[in-house]
Amino acid sequence: MSYLRVVGLVAAKDLRTELRSREQAVSLLVFALLILVVFHFAFDVTVPDFTAFGPGMLWVAFTFSGVLALNHAFRIEREQDRIDGILSAPIDRSAFYLGKVLSTVIFMAAVEVVLVPLAAILFNRAFDGRLALTAAALLLNLVGFAAVGTLFAAVTTATRRSEMLLPLLLFPAAVPIALAAVRTTGHLLAGRPFERFAHWVWLSVAYDLIFLAVAVLLFDFAIDE
Amino acid sequence: MTGGASAPAVRLARVVRHYGGVAALDGVNLTVAAGESILLLGANGAGKTTLLRVLALLARPTAGDYLLFGEPTRRGGDRLEQRRRLGFLAHQSWLYEHLTAEENLRFHAGLHGLRPDGAAIEAALDAVGLPGRRADPVRTYSRGMQQRLALARVLLHRPDLLLLDEPFTGLDREGAGRLRALLKRHAAGRTLILATHDVAEALPLATRVVVLAGGRLVADRPTAGLTVAGVEALDRQGSPAPAAAGPWAAGPPTA
Repeated sequence: MSYLRVVGLVAAKDLRTELRSREQAVSLLVFALLILVVFHFAFDVTVPDFTAFGPGMLWVAFTFSGVLALNHAFRIEREQDRIDGILSAPIDRSAFYLGKVLSTVIFMAAVEVVLVPLAAILFNRAFDGRLALTAAALLLNLVGFAAVGTLFAAVTTATRRSEMLLPLLLFPAAVPIALAAVRTTGHLLAGRPFERFAHWVWLSVAYDLIFLAVAVLLFDFAIDE
Repeated sequence: MTGGASAPAVRLARVVRHYGGVAALDGVNLTVAAGESILLLGANGAGKTTLLRVLALLARPTAGDYLLFGEPTRRGGDRLEQRRRLGFLAHQSWLYEHLTAEENLRFHAGLHGLRPDGAAIEAALDAVGLPGRRADPVRTYSRGMQQRLALARVLLHRPDLLLLDEPFTGLDREGAGRLRALLKRHAAGRTLILATHDVAEALPLATRVVVLAGGRLVADRPTAGLTVAGVEALDRQGSPAPAAAGPWAAGPPTA
């Protein structure tokens, strides 16, 4: 069976389930919005300040809501032992992993689609017409975050304290991608040329490739009992 | 295709499975020929579910050997082909409650590399007594209906080895009768291992009865000539004795 077909099957199943239940979308969005609003009132950020602090604020909102998304992605499989249905199927388990990464990226991207314009309104700051580059940079960093987060979520949701364990494992491992994401977003907000922050983008690309490759190789061991 | 045509479907040799410090399976030896139908009995905690999970490749033996379709089941072996030939109906239905019956069946069929058309889905639902319910979300189903749908899911890819853990749970009399008929049809030429406490429902399906107690196999004999009461007596032999003498004061029962 086609490897990519399984990836699509798992992602489509997750999206379809979410469209029906709307369990995740509402909580992710509300949580991310709350973080942004709290920052807005806590720091009274002016427009020039936002260039310095805005990227950090945005990525705190993305990563914290991302942790919720990652926990949910595997909790739904652990409930009713649905994960056993996947594990007993004749599939390469890394295809299941990539399907989960894909659906997590789509959920988090949907949060970003709402959050970024809202932040621009809240803080009166636009990305100066570099929408395509901004979207690509955000997506690149989301993939890295989802790649490492999905691997850890697969392991931690099998434990009783997954909500606590996942951030403890994920955040240290996600430091490089978080740093690259914040720096790239900052340069984009400041309207600097690509050459000034290309090294951060390449760091994100390398992180994505390394963690996707490592996770694809390790996932069978990580998900096995 | 793995294994020779004459290879047993299942061969367990001294299989041990520990959870923490507890031995859920303790040196189980069991050979099941292709085409046999096994009724697996035992009290709660005897190790039936653990044994089925080991057989379904969902739990790894702590020690001992497990050959499935004549091939080892260790990592790196052809476990994809082995999984392709397995079907497991577990305690839980494994169904996604926000998806419809059809979407659930298509998802699981897709994981097995199948693309059933609408008629095949309808036929699968019809066979388990759920005609016309393919577009209904599973959350609207009763426990018994979910059990029927789970059965349709597990039969969809026509597994060579079918493992059933308490398949009669939640089924009404009509559902249980339908399940029996369906399993009888399916089991022709295939291997069936069925764990249940409902001896009356399951005995007509079985060619052999195996009893577990305390993680050990304590009885193993053909069902020919056995009545429901006889099998239940065999099952009781495997149950822990209430007296202070301990469960095996007189040694394990002989087959």
